[in-house]
Amino acid sequence: MSNKPLVPAIDGWHTMDAKPHLIGSQCSDCGTYFFPAQYQYCRNPACDSTDFLEVQLSRTGHIWSYTNACYKPPAPFVAAEPFEPYAIAGVQLEREQMVVLGQVVTGTGVEDLKVGMPMELVLETLHETDDDIKVTWKWRPLPAGTYPETGA
Amino acid sequence: MSKEIAIIGAGMHPWGKWGHNFVQYGVAAAREALADAGIPWQDIRFVSGGATVRCGYPGYVAGATFAQALGWQGAEVNTSYAACASGSQALAAARNKILAGECEVALVVGADTTPKGFLAPAGGYRPEDPDWVRFYLGITNPTYFALYARRRMDVYGDTLEDFAAVKVKNSRIGAKNPRARYRKCFSAEDVAASAMVADPLRLMDICATSDGGAALIVCSLEYARRIGKADAPRVAAISTVTPTFASGVVEMPDIATDSAAAAGVEALSYRSSIPLKAYEEAGIGPEDISLAEVYDLSTALELDWIEDLKLTPRGEAAAWLRKGDTALGGRIPVNVSGGLACFGEAVPAQAIAQVCELTWQLRGEAGDRQVKGARVGITANQGLFGHGSSVIVKR
Repeated sequence: MSNKPLVPAIDGWHTMDAKPHLIGSQCSDCGTYFFPAQYQYCRNPACDSTDFLEVQLSRTGHIWSYTNACYKPPAPFVAAEPFEPYAIAGVQLEREQMVVLGQVVTGTGVEDLKVGMPMELVLETLHETDDDIKVTWKWRPLPAGTYPETGA
Repeated sequence: MSKEIAIIGAGMHPWGKWGHNFVQYGVAAAREALADAGIPWQDIRFVSGGATVRCGYPGYVAGATFAQALGWQGAEVNTSYAACASGSQALAAARNKILAGECEVALVVGADTTPKGFLAPAGGYRPEDPDWVRFYLGITNPTYFALYARRRMDVYGDTLEDFAAVKVKNSRIGAKNPRARYRKCFSAEDVAASAMVADPLRLMDICATSDGGAALIVCSLEYARRIGKADAPRVAAISTVTPTFASGVVEMPDIATDSAAAAGVEALSYRSSIPLKAYEEAGIGPEDISLAEVYDLSTALELDWIEDLKLTPRGEAAAWLRKGDTALGGRIPVNVSGGLACFGEAVPAQAIAQVCELTWQLRGEAGDRQVKGARVGITANQGLFGHGSSVIVKR
């Protein structure tokens, strides 16, 4: 087991705790959410607000669609050798009414997924460098009956 | 005042993986289009190029690059970049110039030399660029196509056999197109035996990247009459409208959709919004369309486009495909050029190539691929970040 520190692959896009959340923003005027976070302009055409709050997005949602990557993507992706295919899901967040893409956790393939399936956000290694382990958000199926009623 | 312009010349350099300088393809396409129009290069007063971002600075200023290669003769130049919609925007620039009375005849040209394998983003550490982020996280172009394909299976009951049937249809007709890169008739078994790339899409469901070039000579209706081409096909509409907020479809290269959480927002994806404007501008409806050239980046996407163009009701494209209604001889033939399935994508040339095919079809010069009695054709293609374009050509 490596003693390298865990660091986010992309700074500031998610929390680093045991029940991680994506870090987005919300327009103070119209309530529109943004991921990645956006603090300069509101993309709602009916809103010209420049006032935004940092928010933690819902860490659970339902699969909008899914696929996998059977071939190694080009750089900047850093692939393990040998390359292991991974699944990818677009997950619909109810409160935010948006779909967020991400890899699905290692060990869960497309055969384990269905449109509408409840998922939760977790952190997993994206790749290692000489100095640290870069982690990112991934989606993991929620066991039946554990989807939180609040959607948060 | 008519907002139409005439297409008096069309030309293409065959698609392939030739590995030459892109300028060579553009010049070959331009020369063929000029010969087709029967006018000298010196008569062109506006050169509108589709840019390529993979061939260095000459590609960024493609209009000037092609003008120089063809020989400086004092024409004005323009370069448009909008990913795969570049060609349509270059065509729109030429149309504006002609309709404004600032020039009578223009060359619209795009060409590309593409690298092997996945298209990759610009280098460096650039987390503010969604295109960089999605590649870093392992999300390639086929990921998006596959997500849409899976939605079709889930929502409409499309099958892997349906997707394969699109490839079979397009390869059968593309085999008859001398300008296509892939000219082999593939079977459903061939598709099923090809490697899985992004479930449910296999290698043969997904378009390749190619080298190629395409060009059009466009002019005012008055100019066309003067040179005896009053009956040339006409550009009746060019639509490059955006989607409306908050589109719920995750579009390449974004990592997330808009949020529709704010009250009172209505959503229309760009694929749905583009044809509406095109039909309105041309003053026609889907029932008037004789044939369509749509952006089959994947087999499943052809089915999405058919529905977005309202050629069939939503969810019924696969049923039409099964009945042969989208094949040559069917109710509305789709991609009788062979489509991207047979061409592979040469980004800045592709939207122009679609219009070339419509031009030949509407003139009745498409040979074995001819759609009988073709009067009106429509194109549709995809840019990036959820925009694209649609062009209507009529005769």
